[in-house]
Amino acid sequence: MSPLAALFIRDIRLAIRVGGGGGIGVLFFLIVVVLIPFAVGPDLNLLARLGPAILWLGALLASLLTLDRLFAVDHDDGSLDLILMSDTPLEFAVAAKAAAHWLTTGLPLVIATPLLGLFMNLDAKASAAVMLTLLAGTPALTFIGLIGAALSVALRRGGLLLAVLVLPLTVPVLIFGVAASNAAIVGPLPFGTPFTILCALMLTSLVVGIFAAAAALRHGME
Amino acid sequence: MAIIDLANPTRFLNLAHRALPWLIEITGALFVVGLYLVYGAPDDYQQGATVKIMFIHVPSAWLGMFGWLLMSIAALGTLVWRHPLADVAAKAAAPIGASFTFLCLVTGALWGRPMWGTYWVWDARLTSVLILFLMYLGVIALWRTVEDPSRAARAAAILTLVGAINLPIIKFSVDWWNTLHQPASVIRLGGPSIYPTILVPLLVMALAFTLLFVTLHVAAMGNEILRRRVRALMLMQAQSAPGSGE
Repeated sequence: MSPLAALFIRDIRLAIRVGGGGGIGVLFFLIVVVLIPFAVGPDLNLLARLGPAILWLGALLASLLTLDRLFAVDHDDGSLDLILMSDTPLEFAVAAKAAAHWLTTGLPLVIATPLLGLFMNLDAKASAAVMLTLLAGTPALTFIGLIGAALSVALRRGGLLLAVLVLPLTVPVLIFGVAASNAAIVGPLPFGTPFTILCALMLTSLVVGIFAAAAALRHGME
Repeated sequence: MAIIDLANPTRFLNLAHRALPWLIEITGALFVVGLYLVYGAPDDYQQGATVKIMFIHVPSAWLGMFGWLLMSIAALGTLVWRHPLADVAAKAAAPIGASFTFLCLVTGALWGRPMWGTYWVWDARLTSVLILFLMYLGVIALWRTVEDPSRAARAAAILTLVGAINLPIIKFSVDWWNTLHQPASVIRLGGPSIYPTILVPLLVMALAFTLLFVTLHVAAMGNEILRRRVRALMLMQAQSAPGSGE
């Protein structure tokens, strides 16, 4: 087994087994979405109009809050040093970890979206639109969050700092994610325009996020 | 003297020490001239005297962005050449840039109140400046969280460069978002062009503000170099103190 595959499988195992907390992201997502009607009132029309925005905000917070331990755990037990010293380029290792993180936290959020769409009074088409945008958008959130996770790896209060550093950078993803969902539900814009830009943002963050995170790890661990 | 000689912190301190009085005097003189010109500039036919907020607002906005540019150049110096003076320049620029961005937001709000009837609208420009301000706060928070100065410098440099890539994207997205939600309803400084009676005071004020930025930056860099020396001395003292196990 290649080192990258081993790292990928290890991260997935760590996330889904006891103590990994892989399901907590979805649970957090559920609770945020359930809390919103208590704040804005149970008006179903209003919830249907706000639905995509609420689902996107919930997914944004859920995927960021699960990121803060991504490198910190490896730093604590020393495996990050091994990853840094290995022959595998650090960028690939970071990408493998990001993929594992997305599979264990981002993808469950996407899968949970139709259920939460019911709570938000979204019809099938709207739910499908939000799901599709989250499918394209949550990898971008993971890759952007990766930078924050790498920067705050050795810090004692990394979690809050990560959110402060990363949330401003997620503004474009949020804008185009919600815009594409709304375009599919109410129009008047075609769904394709914002959705294509969302995909472009995801690909950009893939490149920038992985290289920046690897650089941050190299510089931070010296 | 080659430019590289300036990169020596001690030489920089000496030069800063000699240059600062001049910088302060020229900045002060430019502000006197600029404010006099602003006083003499005509009121806008629509906006009245409130248009004079522009002479503070526009230079602040420009310097808010200039600050990030300066930090990005310094960040390259930190990451490529590992130069301590680049660290110092980046660190000193962050609070100054944040202050000018904040000034831009506050003057914008004060200008918006009589013009738009509200302190804040989610206008595309205002929103992107607000996000720029939040990113400044993030960088400052990062500087303050990492204890070791050179590690903090490299972390902040990476964040600064990522921000430099992202800021145009954010600007573009916010423009797109705003035109989608609320078509141009905002009164701006209109007209086909800016008349010289307004343009000349604006340029003088922009120059004065830029020199103010440079003065504050040089002074802050000097302070930061001294602060690092104090820190190094204290670390040495703590190491040689009795009872430290040596």
